[in-house]
Formats: sequence, structure tokens, C-alpha cells
Amino acid sequence: MADTTQEAPLLKIAGLKRYFDVSPPLLNRILERQPRLTLRAVDGVDFTINRGETFSIVGESGCGKSTVARLIVGLYRPTAGSIVFDGVDMSGLQSRKAMAPLRRRQQMIFQDPYASLNPRWRVRDIIAEPIRAFDLIQGSDKVAARVGELLRQVGLSPVDGEKYPHEFSGGQRQRISIARALASQPEFLVCDEPTSALDVSVQAQILNLMKDLQRQLRLTYLFISHNLAVVYHISDHVAVMYLGRIAEVAPTRSLFSRPRHPYTRMLLDTIPDLDMTGRQRTPVAGEVPNPINPPPGCSFHPRCPFANHRCKREQPQPKQVDDALVACHGVEEGRLPPDTRPLTVAPSLTA
Amino acid sequence: MSDPSLTNRPPANRPLLQVDNLVVEFPTRRGVLRAIDDVSFHIDPGEVLGVVGESGAGKSLTGASIIGLLEPPGRVAGGTISLDGSRIDNLPPDKMRRVRGKQIGAIFQDPLTSLNPLYSVGQQLIETITTHLPMNQAEARKRAIELLAEVGIPAPERRIDQYPHQFSGGMRQRVVIALALCANPRLIVADEPTTALDVSIQAQIIALLKRLCRDHGTAVMLITHDMGVIAETADRVAVMYAGRIAEIGPVRQVIKHALHPYTVGLMGSIPSVGMDRARLAQIDGAMPRLNAIPQGCAFNPRCPKVFERCRVDRPDLMQSGPTQVACWLHEPQRAAPSAGRPQNAANAAGGRHG
Ligand SMILES: Nc1ncnc2c1ncn2[C@@H]1O[C@H](COP(=O)(O)OP(=O)(O)OP(=O)(O)O)[C@@H](O)[C@H]1O
Ligand SMILES: Nc1ncnc2c1ncn2[C@@H]1O[C@H](COP(=O)(O)OP(=O)(O)OP(=O)(O)O)[C@@H](O)[C@H]1O
Ligand code: SF4
Ligand code: SF4
Ligand SMILES: [Mg+2]
Ligand SMILES: [Mg+2]
Repeated sequence: MADTTQEAPLLKIAGLKRYFDVSPPLLNRILERQPRLTLRAVDGVDFTINRGETFSIVGESGCGKSTVARLIVGLYRPTAGSIVFDGVDMSGLQSRKAMAPLRRRQQMIFQDPYASLNPRWRVRDIIAEPIRAFDLIQGSDKVAARVGELLRQVGLSPVDGEKYPHEFSGGQRQRISIARALASQPEFLVCDEPTSALDVSVQAQILNLMKDLQRQLRLTYLFISHNLAVVYHISDHVAVMYLGRIAEVAPTRSLFSRPRHPYTRMLLDTIPDLDMTGRQRTPVAGEVPNPINPPPGCSFHPRCPFANHRCKREQPQPKQVDDALVACHGVEEGRLPPDTRPLTVAPSLTA
Repeated sequence: MSDPSLTNRPPANRPLLQVDNLVVEFPTRRGVLRAIDDVSFHIDPGEVLGVVGESGAGKSLTGASIIGLLEPPGRVAGGTISLDGSRIDNLPPDKMRRVRGKQIGAIFQDPLTSLNPLYSVGQQLIETITTHLPMNQAEARKRAIELLAEVGIPAPERRIDQYPHQFSGGMRQRVVIALALCANPRLIVADEPTTALDVSIQAQIIALLKRLCRDHGTAVMLITHDMGVIAETADRVAVMYAGRIAEIGPVRQVIKHALHPYTVGLMGSIPSVGMDRARLAQIDGAMPRLNAIPQGCAFNPRCPKVFERCRVDRPDLMQSGPTQVACWLHEPQRAAPSAGRPQNAANAAGGRHG
């Protein structure tokens, strides 16, 4: 990995919030005296992503991972907070026109390679679309040559450009999405569960491809996945999200070997056991909370074995602990037992 | 327990689901494509059969054949499918629709195709419940809220009146699972049910499926590419490749002592925590297209162990210990001389670690 400490971060997010109005229709509110309801999908998130690294977000379903991704690429407007990309605050830019040069440098890859490709277009037109939209290359010969190069880069053949998406398998379609994302020569790719819909052997091919491309093109990735083994494999830093906020951010090995936040510890306990040692996955304790009406204080306190009085009243703020940023009173007060885990794998899997 | 209709338990020692020599074909302009080619297996009451294999292997088509939702022009061109001793592959569509709602529950990977965006989650659940169970609106609503709680939706009494787009991806998938469970089916065909879910909810859903198997004798056909899910949920696992079963056997055996070179490759491509490798092992190439299935063993162009015979003759499933495997390396007379060697070492390593 390149030494990234000297350079300014590529992306810096501060106080990012996104609320959704999920109130019942006005008539019901009047007739049934129901209140207005706000869902805090993202409720104050800070992190920075260095150039050339893979930064991953993990967390349970509904914690706001996709919402963060969509805020960053501009598919949602933030309710509050700043998104600074290469020194420019994107939340301050109002017009599409002012955004365009920055948007070209960021692309998104979605989970579903079936839904994200236009079924009526040939693959070559799908891939050429960003090139034309941003007017990057002139002349149809040159565009065609570039499309062929992109197809080769993702392990397909230039003649595949003549075909339609339905003629490809899921893994091949995800390669097409990646080629399309690379067409505008971005530096930053937001990947929302890019391999979750693929089977393991194809997943291995795509993850290897993503790593190769990252090295060749010096790409920076924001990677979202619920598969902790995949996240371990691909990431440099990992952020653990809980109910719209960040519980812990740390370098990957540190997070997996010395989880500090009680929620991180719980997540690691749920990793499926492929070695079949008979270890039972710890079932999730307590009810998954509701972002419409989050618990006061530390929102994890109803499920936390270390919760005390302070946790129920006061929201913990992120604090630096060794190489991690952790939002937990217990960790800050030093009253949690240390949790160290050997990073060992079953011999059957490494053979 | 005394009333069999409540426990849904068929007579012992008969498989709940029996699939024999299933063939699925797609007629096309350029000839008939055979997507499922002579697949046979069974599932016992209360048993979870995992089905794994690369994209396009035919897992979903096998599942779709069982639930009678094969999309035309695809058709079952051979073989039989029986549920609790009665054929279900030749039922008229309206009869099959009843079997599907009441006796077989289906869970698909893409929650958006199973949910109607125009109706609230509660309306969809209540409609399904009242169609299959003798309940009135109020009872059905109560049951719907219970189901939502059971699949881990927070504040179900409030969430029930929301629409699918107001749920996150994982929550929508849990609603789909709740829909499949509405009528207490005897068989659940779950096609990638937890793919979109994070690990902790996954653990919950799997605990839920296992509880159904144990308490109600529900059988589950679990199609997934997640070996972790298979490892903890399935009793047996079938590995599919190019429309056929490559290997089928007890889950522990197949995961720890894979026999088929394809299964060995699959196991090697799984990332795991603590494994520090720049690149994952990958099986190069892709599964053959249906109109270009190689002669002999369909895996032979990608197989690191290929030898002459593999390019000529197609292997059928052969018994090898508790596993059945379709690979010439494991032909009984060929495998016999060396059978003693790896077996002992493997068993010792595979013992329980306490
Ligand atoms: N357009 C919307 N309107 C209302 N609520 C929304 C909207 N989009 C997301 N939400 C809510 O915001 C919360 C976070 O959703 P998000 O999709 O970001 O979760 P996620 O972490 O990506 O989950 P998953 O792992 O299930 O994809 C959820 O409670 C969801 O219901
Ligand atoms: N309508 C169709 N016409 C022609 N071929 C089809 C059709 N539907 C499916 N097939 C083919 O049948 C084969 C099996 O498909 P199936 O959907 O069962 O695969 P799968 O194992 O479920 O894969 P995945 O993991 O991608 O879901 C594939 O080669 C597919 O291309
Ligand atoms: S702040 Fe308190 S309740 Fe929250 S995680 Fe830390 S110890 Fe647990
Ligand atoms: S039959 Fe031959 S080609 Fe097929 S899996 Fe076995 S060794 Fe490989
Ligand atoms: Mg999401
Ligand atoms: Mg499928």
C-alpha cells in the first residue's frame, strides 16, 4: 500500500446527517392525531478516506450504510454536515453544472448487476455512456477503442460490447458495471455490496479484479458489505456503523484483533464458523432498535452488557484510543475488559 | 402434538420431497437447451438441504421447478417431483398455486419482485394470511405483526403500515421471509434468502429457519452461495455444476473433505478473517454456456486434475463413503487402492476441537 500519510485525505466527512420524513399522510395525522415522524437514517457521521485506500463500512441492516453512500455520490442531499472531496465541499455546491467535474471523479457500483444495467442497450453503449455524457473523448472510433480497452481491463473481450446485458452471467454483468464505472476515469469508487449477489468463486474473481485495478489505477474505494470476511480481505480501514452513527473506526487488523466498542465485539461474534468447530454464533442480543425513535444516550445501551447510568443519558462522542476512534463511555472510562482475538484461520481453509 | 394437521409432520421414513431424474429444457430457435440434466435428490422432513454452485449452475431452475414457477419457455422435460408421496410436477396451474401458498413457501433473492410497491407491508401479509388460513382481518393483522417481530423487524406494530420503499434492503428481505412463512408451509424453497442481509440478522433468520425445522418438521431447500450459512444450517449439501449435481453428502464431510475438484476450488475461494493473502484463490474461467457444454465431464476445461477419460466419458454420481460424487477420480475401483491413506489423517484433523 502506498504511504498516504503525507497527502491530504481524498474524502472528509463531518457531521453528516440525513433525515427522512416518514409521517403518515396529512389526513391521517389530523384525523388520528398522529404526530409527524422523522427517521434519522444518518445522524452525525465523521470519517476520512485516504487516497489509494479501501475504506469499508459495516453494520447491521438499516444502520444507514447505503444512505451514506448515496449522500457521498450526490443521490441524496444531506440534511446537515459537509462532504469534502479533494478539498472541495460538495454539500456547498448547488448547481449540477458546478458538480459535474467532481462527479466524474466519483462513481458508484451497486449490489445488483441485473437492475443497474439498461437491458435495451448494447454493452458498448452502456460503457460509452459516461464517456459521452462527460464529453471525455471525441470521435466514434476513439470511443470504441476506449470501450474495448475497458472491457479488456475487466477481463472481458472487446467483441462482448456487441451483446446485451441478458446474455451475460451475474459475475460478467458486475464486470460490465465496473467497466462502466471506470469509463469516466474516476479516482473514487463507492461500492455498495458489489459482490453480495455473486457466488463465492465469482466473488473471488471480482475482488481480485478490484484489487488489481486499485493498484494499476490508484483507485480509492468506499466499500460496503455485510460480509465481514470479505471486508477483512479487502480493507485498509473499517468503520462500524450503528443506528446512523459510527461506533468505531480502526485499521482492519486492529479492528478484527482488538475490537474496542461493545457493538464491534458483538458483530465479530456473529461471523459464521466455516471451520465447523461447533461454535454457535452468538444470537443477537436484544431487539434491533428503531431509527424513528432511537434510545436516548448511547443508542446501543439497550443491547450493551456494559451499559451504566451515564450510557442511558449521555451520547458518547468519538475519542481516539490507540489507532482507533471509538464512541463509547465504557472504553473512554477504561472500565471494559480488553478483548483480543487471535487472527487464525482453520488449516483446512488455508491449505 | 396429537393432531397431525397441526404439526405438519408426514409419516416417518418417507422423504418429504423426492426429485427423480429432473430435466429442464428451453426450446430456442437454435435448438433445445438442456439447463437441468438428470438431477435427483430428496429432502426429509425437518431437514435442511443446502444447494451451492456457481452462477448459472441451475440452482434456481431446480428450485423454480419444485415450486412450479418455471418461466416459459422453460419446461420440465423429464423426471418427477413428489411432495409427501404425491406428484406435483404435473398439477394444473390452479392446484399448483394452492400447493405453493399452503404447502410450499418460496423465498426469492430479490425482495422487490416479491413485494408490491403499491401496498403496505401489512396489507400484503394480511392478504396472504387470509387466503390460506381461516382467520379474520383482526386475527390476520395480529399474526402479521407476530411474523414481522419473528423475522426481526423493530417496532412491528408501527412498521406494518409502511410501504416497501420505506424499508432498507435487509428489512424488505425479512418481510419476504415473513410472507413465505404465513401459512406454515411444510417445505420452504429459499433462493438466496440471506444474501442481502448482514451477519447478525442472518444469524437470526437462520435460527428461525432451524427452529421451524425442529418444531414443525418443516423441510428447507436452501439455495445460497454463502458457505458459512450452509456450514451452520444445512444437514446435507448438494454442489451443482452445469445443470448437474457434482457432489452431494453430509455438510461436514463436503466442507472439510471435499472430493470433487470443483468443490475443492469453491472452498478455496472463500475469504475468511485472519487469512492474509493478496489475492484469493480463484477458479479461472467460467461455467460453460448451455449450448457449449464440453463432452465428458463438464468441468474438464477448468479442472486441475483432468485426465484423458474426463474428456470422453461423462461421470455419474458415484458413492464414496457418505458422499456421492460425479468425478472419475473417485470411481470405486480407481479410488480403492489409495482410499486408506488420506482418510485417517483427515479424520484426525477433523475431530472436534472441544
Ligand atoms: N427514501 C427513504 N425514505 C424513508 N426511509 C428511508 C429511505 N431510505 C432509507 N430509509 C431508512 O433509513 C434507514 C437506513 O437505510 P439504509 O438503506 O441506508 O440502510 P443500510 O445500512 O444500507 O441497510 P441494508 O444493509 O439493509 O442495505 C432504514 O431504516 C431505512 O428504512
Ligand atoms: N429463460 C431462459 N432462457 C434460456 N436459458 C435460461 C433461461 N433461464 C435460465 N437459463 C439458463 O439456465 C441456466 C441455469 O440458470 P439458474 O438461474 O438456475 O442458475 P443459478 O444456479 O440459480 O445461478 P445464480 O447463482 O446466478 O442465481 C443458466 O445457464 C441460465 O443461463
Ligand atoms: S457507551 Fe455505554 S452503552 Fe454505549 S457501548 Fe459504551 S458501554 Fe455500552
Ligand atoms: S471427472 Fe475429471 S475433469 Fe471432471 S472433475 Fe473429475 S478429474 Fe476433473
Ligand atoms: Mg444497503
Ligand atoms: Mg439463482
